[in-house]
Amino acid sequence: MNPSRMFAHLAADASPPLHGNGDGLTRRTFLKVSAGAGLTLAVYSGPAAAQSAAGKPADPNAFVRIGDDNTVTVIVKHLEMGQGTFTGLPTLVAEELDAAWSQVRAEGAPADASRYNNLAWGPAQGTGGSSSLPNSFMQYREAGAAARAMLVAAAAKRWNVEAASIAVKNGVVTAAGGKRATFGELAGAAAQEPVPASVKLKDAADFVYIGKSFPRTDSAAKSTGKATFTQDVKLPGMLTAVVLHAPRFGTRAKSFDTDDVVGVAGVRYVIEVPNGIAVVATSFWAAKKGRDALKVVWDDTTGFKGSTSEIFDEYRRLAKTPGKPVRNDGDAAKALAAGGKRIDAEYLFPYLAHAPMEPLNCVAKLSADRCEIWNGEQFHTGDQMAVAALLGLKPEQVVIHQVFAGGSFGRRASSMSDYVLEAAAIVRGMAKSGKRDIPVKLVWTREDDMTGGYYRPAYLHTLSAAVDANGNAAAWQHRIVGQSITEGTPIAAMTTKNGIDQTSVEGASNLPYAIPNLAVDLHTPSIDVPVLWWRSVGSTHTAYSTETMIDELAFAAGKDPVEFRKALLADKPRHRGVLELAAKEAGWGSPLAPGKAGTKRGRGVAVHESFNTYVAEIAEVTIDASNAIKVDRVVCAVDCGVAVNPDVIRAQMEGGIGFALAAALYGKITLKDGAVEQTNFHQYQVLRINEMPKVDVHIVASDAKPSGVGEPGVPPLAPAVANAIAAATGKRLRTLPLALA
Amino acid sequence: MPTFFVNKNRVDISKDVPGDTPLLWILRDDLSLTGTKYGCGLALCGACTVYVEGKPVRSCQTPLSSLKQGSDITTIEGLATREAKAVQSAWEKLDVPQCGYCQSGQVMSATALLARNKRPTDADIDAAMAGNICRCATYVRIRAAIHEAAKSLA
Repeated sequence: MNPSRMFAHLAADASPPLHGNGDGLTRRTFLKVSAGAGLTLAVYSGPAAAQSAAGKPADPNAFVRIGDDNTVTVIVKHLEMGQGTFTGLPTLVAEELDAAWSQVRAEGAPADASRYNNLAWGPAQGTGGSSSLPNSFMQYREAGAAARAMLVAAAAKRWNVEAASIAVKNGVVTAAGGKRATFGELAGAAAQEPVPASVKLKDAADFVYIGKSFPRTDSAAKSTGKATFTQDVKLPGMLTAVVLHAPRFGTRAKSFDTDDVVGVAGVRYVIEVPNGIAVVATSFWAAKKGRDALKVVWDDTTGFKGSTSEIFDEYRRLAKTPGKPVRNDGDAAKALAAGGKRIDAEYLFPYLAHAPMEPLNCVAKLSADRCEIWNGEQFHTGDQMAVAALLGLKPEQVVIHQVFAGGSFGRRASSMSDYVLEAAAIVRGMAKSGKRDIPVKLVWTREDDMTGGYYRPAYLHTLSAAVDANGNAAAWQHRIVGQSITEGTPIAAMTTKNGIDQTSVEGASNLPYAIPNLAVDLHTPSIDVPVLWWRSVGSTHTAYSTETMIDELAFAAGKDPVEFRKALLADKPRHRGVLELAAKEAGWGSPLAPGKAGTKRGRGVAVHESFNTYVAEIAEVTIDASNAIKVDRVVCAVDCGVAVNPDVIRAQMEGGIGFALAAALYGKITLKDGAVEQTNFHQYQVLRINEMPKVDVHIVASDAKPSGVGEPGVPPLAPAVANAIAAATGKRLRTLPLALA
Repeated sequence: MPTFFVNKNRVDISKDVPGDTPLLWILRDDLSLTGTKYGCGLALCGACTVYVEGKPVRSCQTPLSSLKQGSDITTIEGLATREAKAVQSAWEKLDVPQCGYCQSGQVMSATALLARNKRPTDADIDAAMAGNICRCATYVRIRAAIHEAAKSLA
């Protein structure tokens, strides 16, 4: 999940920008793309509209489709991976269209960056950085408003009345004298109406949907087993591929022996792919048994043979010297030397796997003139370009069919298109022996998924900070050591400035606290372990070191941690706002009810902004006699601007807290001699229901531009828990996952 | 030839299907019942939960050869009891699912819980549902929805 912040910068740097940042109609026009079976509306940027005017055949893809059957189908340009795009974007259309929620459907958009690009990223289509709702906020409302205007114009003609006298409410169009029509009844005629050149959007006071909690469009399908994920795609003649992946990163097959594979019933093809050997069979079990029978000799000369302990030793060595400067306010070194109370800390963050419930998979079918992909697609444009390059096709010859993703947490936004390219390599291998037009579903086992790399990088931080004699935060020197997520990928140019990958330092480089002497620097070692963004990206580690250290400073100054923070956030009203709301709702300042005999309890706070959304969390923990850590309750306050669907926001905070708690208590991928030591959930433990705290979410009322909620619930959780542990035990934990000795 | 009843329908399994084939893959690949999900393959996550003779089992660790002739198998597609309807209604009412991938298994386990315990406490729910992982951590709502379903059945 790449940070929208970075892509927003890119869009702003582009000259001239194709699009605004989602808050204006600038040069965007609407185009009616089909008629007859109802009304279909697409939204184009200026250049695309010009192309269409020049006679380019209109494509049936669109943003809104109103059928004769009275359904309103909203084509959602972003992946639904749980975060609620299939509800949020239809809400925006329904609002301006005045549709009835019961008639609204959601459908995933195909890959087509010319109309479905992420407006926060410029010319690329994709989902990440908690940008789906914010970048679509005006675009999808405008599409709904245009469709409404055309329905009204059609009704005005039919009834011979002024358009201004027509009302639309809850999916019904009415006029004086008992005139009444459904959208379905008007759709055909509306399609004959010109598309309005501009539309007027509702005032916030008139919102019917925005700010209310309408039900998710996908709950029924997902509660009955009917929702289709990549794993569930079934096509005529489809085969299943399972890959024997190299045992180390960077290792390739030297030779392989298929003698025992050919005897496995159902096995059809064995194909070498860049990272291993694929066995293609008529079913998963046949392919897996074929894989078990494969004998491969690996060429290990280029394989990564390092271990996590050596990586941290190297990082510790690097941390002794200054890295590339990221931020320098005042003179941190001098202020640290000036006396007062000084704290020197080292923090260790392990590699983390995403481990979504749906292990990675992808369906590919290669024909003479195109390649079709079925995938819970998160990086449409990147994957489309990568597959096209591999197969010698034009990007538009790579057709991507969107389905639900069974989680992602960043993993399906692969900047190297790794698993999608693997599927494409398999069908390319088959095509080389004349086997075209056969759909193949690549299925990674859980073990493939967990050992296959693309982890949240391991990091080491050092942080020295001091309060002066008056108890004021006076100095802060923060050093970060860890791999770049984007180095060597097509995205590096957008995320790297002056040698600093912003995704490594976000959350630390923009520390909100007013500390006069503040320095941040960065070491970016290259290690051959594939890494990737992981839900909330840089903030997964920067929030931890900064929010636990600020807490330590508060204790050092003898001040209340909430009051200490507030004093340093005088010009950060939104940080302060969530902090105050969480403190009030958690009963901060009142004593915590004692636990059972032999237990210790504590309360801890953290506040952090990511992706323009501000979240404060207060954790209540109980430590038992065996030093086991139990998080009992988390009170969360979130400010994400206009709250489009409060219940979805609450769900993302609840889920973000549980996801973050799994990593805080258990998350750790380790390598030994280049091999990943965790292969499944027995070794990479995740949170289970009995460990889930009570969660109370409170949303700050706001009329600011909406910002995303998929990621920002994650960062404050681990530091809030650690601060609570410190309050209970006096022990400051600086190594993740958290454990009391 | 192994014969079962899957969601009340008689299913004859070809003798060519190897006995070590997990029920999960027979359901998904041979019978196209894709509501039952593959999550871990080691009975660690619960996404593949189905009922054999009315009892929840992990179908990824249930080889064909372990199934008795004529076994009665129920998947999410065939779930039709009063408890199941109450659970699914509560799941929808409280918008439990996020990504949704684990939810078939969650619904199967929750329905089995309510079939044997009409008034589960939080502790009962935690004990019965701890085998079902949800990486979206929809656990707060799973608890609430099971209480909601129990209430609607009372």
